[in-house]
Amino acid sequence: MESLHNRSKGAGEWILENIVTLIFIAFTLFGFMVSSGVSVGYFFSELSSRIFRNSFLVLSLIIPVLAGLGLNFGIVIGAMSGQVAISIARYFEMGGISGLLFCFLVAALVAALCGYFTGKLYNKTRGQEMIASLIVGFFANGIYQFLFLFVVGVVIAVPATHPMIKPDGIGIRMTVDLVPVKQGGLKYALENIYQIPFVHALLIIALGLLALLLIRYYWNKRKGYGYRNRMSSLIVNGTLCLALAGVAVHAMVTKSQLMMVRKVPVVTGLLIIGLCVFTVLIMKTKLGQDFRSVGQSQHTAEVSGINVDRTRIIATMISTVLAAWGQIIYLQNMGTLNTYNAHTQIGMFSVAALLVGGASTSKASITHAIFGTILFNAMFIMSPEIGQSLFGQAILGEYFRTFMVYGVIGVALGLHVWNTNKKSRITVE
Amino acid sequence: MSESLLQFKNVSKNYYGNSVLTGINFDVKEGEIHALIGENGAGKSTLMNILFGMPVITSTGGYEGDVLIDGKKISFKSPHEAMYAGIGMVHQEFMLIPGFSITENIKINREITTPNVVSRVLGKRLETLDMVTMNADARKALDKLDMGVDEFIMVAGLPVGHMQFVEIAREIDKTGIKILVFDEPTAVLTESEAQNLLAAVKRLAAKGIGIIFISHRLDEIVTVADRVTVLRDGELVATKEIKDTNAVEIAALMIGRKVAISRVQSETRKVSDEIMMSIRDLHVGMPGEMVKGIDLEIKKGEIVGIGGLAGQGKLGIANGVMGTYPSRGEVLFNGKRLNLDDPHATIASGIGFVSEDRKGVGLLLNESIELNIAFTAMQVGNKFLKKSGPFRFQDDAAIRRHALKMIKDLDIRCESPLQHAGALSGGNQQKVCVARALTQDPIFLFVSEPTRGIDIGAKKLILDLLLKLNEEFGMTIVMTSSELAELRSICDRIVIVCEGKVEGVLSPDASDADFGLMMSGSRVKKAEDSPKERVSHV
Repeated sequence: MESLHNRSKGAGEWILENIVTLIFIAFTLFGFMVSSGVSVGYFFSELSSRIFRNSFLVLSLIIPVLAGLGLNFGIVIGAMSGQVAISIARYFEMGGISGLLFCFLVAALVAALCGYFTGKLYNKTRGQEMIASLIVGFFANGIYQFLFLFVVGVVIAVPATHPMIKPDGIGIRMTVDLVPVKQGGLKYALENIYQIPFVHALLIIALGLLALLLIRYYWNKRKGYGYRNRMSSLIVNGTLCLALAGVAVHAMVTKSQLMMVRKVPVVTGLLIIGLCVFTVLIMKTKLGQDFRSVGQSQHTAEVSGINVDRTRIIATMISTVLAAWGQIIYLQNMGTLNTYNAHTQIGMFSVAALLVGGASTSKASITHAIFGTILFNAMFIMSPEIGQSLFGQAILGEYFRTFMVYGVIGVALGLHVWNTNKKSRITVE
Repeated sequence: MSESLLQFKNVSKNYYGNSVLTGINFDVKEGEIHALIGENGAGKSTLMNILFGMPVITSTGGYEGDVLIDGKKISFKSPHEAMYAGIGMVHQEFMLIPGFSITENIKINREITTPNVVSRVLGKRLETLDMVTMNADARKALDKLDMGVDEFIMVAGLPVGHMQFVEIAREIDKTGIKILVFDEPTAVLTESEAQNLLAAVKRLAAKGIGIIFISHRLDEIVTVADRVTVLRDGELVATKEIKDTNAVEIAALMIGRKVAISRVQSETRKVSDEIMMSIRDLHVGMPGEMVKGIDLEIKKGEIVGIGGLAGQGKLGIANGVMGTYPSRGEVLFNGKRLNLDDPHATIASGIGFVSEDRKGVGLLLNESIELNIAFTAMQVGNKFLKKSGPFRFQDDAAIRRHALKMIKDLDIRCESPLQHAGALSGGNQQKVCVARALTQDPIFLFVSEPTRGIDIGAKKLILDLLLKLNEEFGMTIVMTSSELAELRSICDRIVIVCEGKVEGVLSPDASDADFGLMMSGSRVKKAEDSPKERVSHV
């Protein structure tokens, strides 16, 4: 029986499954080796602000994967909902925390409605959800442009003098300044609430994770889930946490370059942690179990009496609403709304980040999302540097990273199909 | 053992005027194991579909007669109603989620939950799972089956026998389970797993659960059941106490004699002693029809029948030789070895194939009859082609001439050779398939299920046609069919396939009991389990 617990896979298979992650780690390390110009301080400043900006969006992809819908490129629609909310807030010059809460509320309503209809579409395009989500994103972009370029100004009367509106009085400008929070705007509305130095955050996170590991270990033991515990993984993860904490303490004591890293926003961090906790908790409810049942076998779930269609719609709605909030967090950090471009790449980049973390079209976890966000953004920062030092042109590195984004998605989808075919291949005996 | 838990009273069912069940009276008592046996299409699954209120019954006008549980008349509209009334089914193919633990599978959609802060506001679906109680319940169900495996391990890596037990555990975990239906439960199990299962079935019956045991393995039925009911062609042939009967009698009842078999054969036909095709240790990976090592020799000029129950592998033989499914083994045709991966060469060597999958493999439904007839010959035999420089064009005039001849010879009823094959009736489609096989000028013909889905009149025509081909042109024919009667009407000998192997060869006028016993694989127990093939997990 013991062998059933841990069926060990060959090293080759492990490498193949994690090929994308491995390529990214190698690439980032290679970047550090060839480019001497990147300072540790710059790298971590860039990285941490990118992580806080993007994690929420990447995390919003997990539930649809677990519910068997695959990678939800449709979060673009959520992002658009978020931008609609931000535009309304900006138009009426709402700002600060109250303005942000208003944005969250409006975005949730719009996104829930859109998510409902996308969910219905996914049920009609069963088995082709991913391509459907990609195309419905483009379609929604058309509606979005119609709304922002034509309806505003022609159907809804707006004053041409408003800073958001184009000078001819029809449509919203290409870029809209969100106004710093100190002047009553939305820019940094979350960040500016409370900030702490990077190393402090690092120490807190490391110790927090360590505490979580230990609590979970003893909790499992006490509640009779002893079989879930594995000593080896506890030791490995615990050591990693301690090492991280050690690095933070070392930096604080020696006042190394890490102290130069930009401060990190606490509230954004708490929101991201909150979403992680939410994702864990919801998977422990009846609804979460239904997500998993439907995700693993729609047929068996249907036969067992689970309302498959409804469950899938709920999963899509949750994902869309979370993406809308994620986009709001993203935009308040950027400070400007790139009205017609800010959302277009969100789907691709978030999906790529999740895949880089080791997820696939049928499995995803919080670890995949967070780890993927870190690695993916590290690659993003390093690409221009590599281009600069190898070819003397930063732009080559930028081309390369676009190539990497699509390459990652391509490889992941290819591996998925390959694995599915391998399972269904007919053989003699 | 006295009270009738479940009763069918005079139950009939027809699909669009086609009667599939007539006047069935059947009952199961508390704690009884009642075996149900019959050939494919005898009506076993229709009977179970009625019991479970499957949509296929309700959407086709329901059924006649009464079904009673505990003396009360019931009529389920969906399988869930049946489930709540205490009826469970152990499926032949497992309804398990491989990525779930045993507990999660047992408790699927019946999870035990505890309320939390959020669920009080937003509804029951957000209640937290109580894995501890769920595990305990699963443990209890597994213990009832004497199954030692841990309840929290994944189903994915389990041996097949354990999966079957998980299915059973799921059914008995449902509170108030009264009747449990086992549909061919041992079909996928090894010998020792099957023994365990039968023991478990007996234990469940001892707890007072009524059990309907559908199986074609006569020896199992004789060992495990209390009573047996035999169905044939939608009619109840007999219900007998096991102690009053034996395997031979049940087998004879199951086969019966449907129609008087008229064997009219002209004296002129001759079967030579020359072996035309010899098959050695053929394995075919056809899903649902696995062939696991067949040896067969076919003489020139013979008509050989291949019979057996569905799913035993009879259809896999022709498909394996023709290369439509992956296969392994040695096939010699006229002394030359065939490459089983190369259907093109096999067809070119003079072997024709009329597939059982008429609409899928057999015909191009949206193409004309004439193209269907000429298609393979054009692809393989380079017939009906005109050469013009580097290009080759199809010779429309020649195709038309040939198609018209075939339509006349085989009496294909159609409007014109340009009519789409999909628009024809089943019998005429089959004739087009035969015409296409004949166009390749084969010397050897595989015909699979030639009369499936064809009305009686057309059946006779097809069989006569095969006989004519054999008599007049000396064509060697291997005919695979689920209908024993038609095999017995034209074949020289009938090979019975069971569990992917040749169970035995019978002459067409062997007794019903011989056929029944052989098809059930419960003939004389001889070297039943070759240990190489069967890996025991328990």
